Amino acid sequence: MGLLQLLQETVLSTMTDVLPIVIIIFGFQLVILRQRIPNLKSVLIGFIYVLVGLTLFLVGLQEALFPLGKLMAQQLTDPDFIRGTTTTLVDGLRWYDYKWVYLFAAAIGFATTIAEPALIAVAIKAHNLSGGTISVWGLRVAVAIGVAIGITLGTFRIVTGTPLYNYIITGYLVVVIQTLYAPRSVIALAYDSGGVTTSTVTVPMVAALGLGLATTVPGRSALLDGFGLIAFASLLPMITVMSYAQVGAWWLRRYAKRRPVAPS
Amino acid sequence: MLPIVLVVAFFQLVVLQQPLPAFGNLLVGFLCVWLGLAFFIRGLEQALFPLGESIAFAFARKANIYWLLFFAFALGFGTTIAEPALIAITKVAAEVAAGGGIIENHKEALDSYALGLRLTVAFSVGLAIVIGVLRIIKGWPIQYLIIGGYICVVVMTLFAPPEIIGIAYDSGGVTTSTVTVPLVTALGIGLAESIKGRNPMVDGFGLIAFASLTPMIFVMAYGLVI
Repeated sequence: MGLLQLLQETVLSTMTDVLPIVIIIFGFQLVILRQRIPNLKSVLIGFIYVLVGLTLFLVGLQEALFPLGKLMAQQLTDPDFIRGTTTTLVDGLRWYDYKWVYLFAAAIGFATTIAEPALIAVAIKAHNLSGGTISVWGLRVAVAIGVAIGITLGTFRIVTGTPLYNYIITGYLVVVIQTLYAPRSVIALAYDSGGVTTSTVTVPMVAALGLGLATTVPGRSALLDGFGLIAFASLLPMITVMSYAQVGAWWLRRYAKRRPVAPS
Repeated sequence: MLPIVLVVAFFQLVVLQQPLPAFGNLLVGFLCVWLGLAFFIRGLEQALFPLGESIAFAFARKANIYWLLFFAFALGFGTTIAEPALIAITKVAAEVAAGGGIIENHKEALDSYALGLRLTVAFSVGLAIVIGVLRIIKGWPIQYLIIGGYICVVVMTLFAPPEIIGIAYDSGGVTTSTVTVPLVTALGIGLAESIKGRNPMVDGFGLIAFASLTPMIFVMAYGLVI
């Protein structure tokens, strides 16, 4: 596909993302709220920035990384490659023979989440609201670690063929228990971070990995077992973000205790 | 962006032991992504954040809760129904359903199943934003609602057809796009800021959480009904 055609298609698909939002917002502003939009010109320019930014972002990914990433996902899950890296002599592959797949899953989960634009947006907001106690990078890294663990667990599940709901329900239990102990101000943010992780960058890469694994591991069906990675990627960040807040609070307490009392 | 390049380079050169193809493409792509992010963040600060907040303030001032809830529903439904990731996943879901013998395997049945699923998910996201907005107005603590939702998910998992469970769990994650997230976040925070007694940090977040939870419940319900 030529670069121009790719550009054109991406602009179109970004437009279908933005257009419903513009129509709904402007409709409500004009018909129901009956007020002009403040700084209309600046807002419109902002929308153009969003459109241009997303288009460039997606074209860049398409051009440079998606094809390579998808190819690698296929190559790494290829049974011939896996057999070459292992000393297991029996015919069947064991779950631990897929070590490179797990490492790739963790690395790609972490890396794509760090680049996710929606997460950057939420992190900026959280940083401003928390008065600086939550740092933009701290939140992004916490979420990215969550996605990395999540995708790794997800690939492990596809390899072993264990039922998805066991993992998810256990994850829910952990979330519920953590909620009891986590600082109250971070709970809603942690819940939100589950949903923001999986957008433009992560979904295509992760889908390729899941599909590759489910097609090549014997006994798995691409249709049934290829799903579930996104679910892991939305669950684990809640746990890691709450942990991040808990560790932060613990650190503050410890630091406060250690600080020498000023002589009076 | 750099982490992705490092990961790809490491696995390509060290693990798979193959050369990096088309270095020029990689460089152009890298530049595009970097520029794109810079533009996007600029647009975020200039359009999406202020717009979400100004709408929240306007609704809070003119104080008609029904219009606000209707707006919340329209926003959730309207942004989800056209979502490309959702369209892709419902198509696959229809194939799974046909493979499991739930629906007949011809184009018409597949299309109507996929469309039904899309409408279901869009409706559930609309409902999610409504519940989320209502929560901010009333000041309900988020954890009870979300945990209640989890219990719902767990109970439905027991009864839903096994083919649909994976899709249902995934559909929670794919519904919220890059443009919707900042806008909805700003809306929630704006509401929490303009209503007396709400703390934007405690009450403002959480809309996205509902939008990733309700689709799971509704997709399983769809699987049960059809």
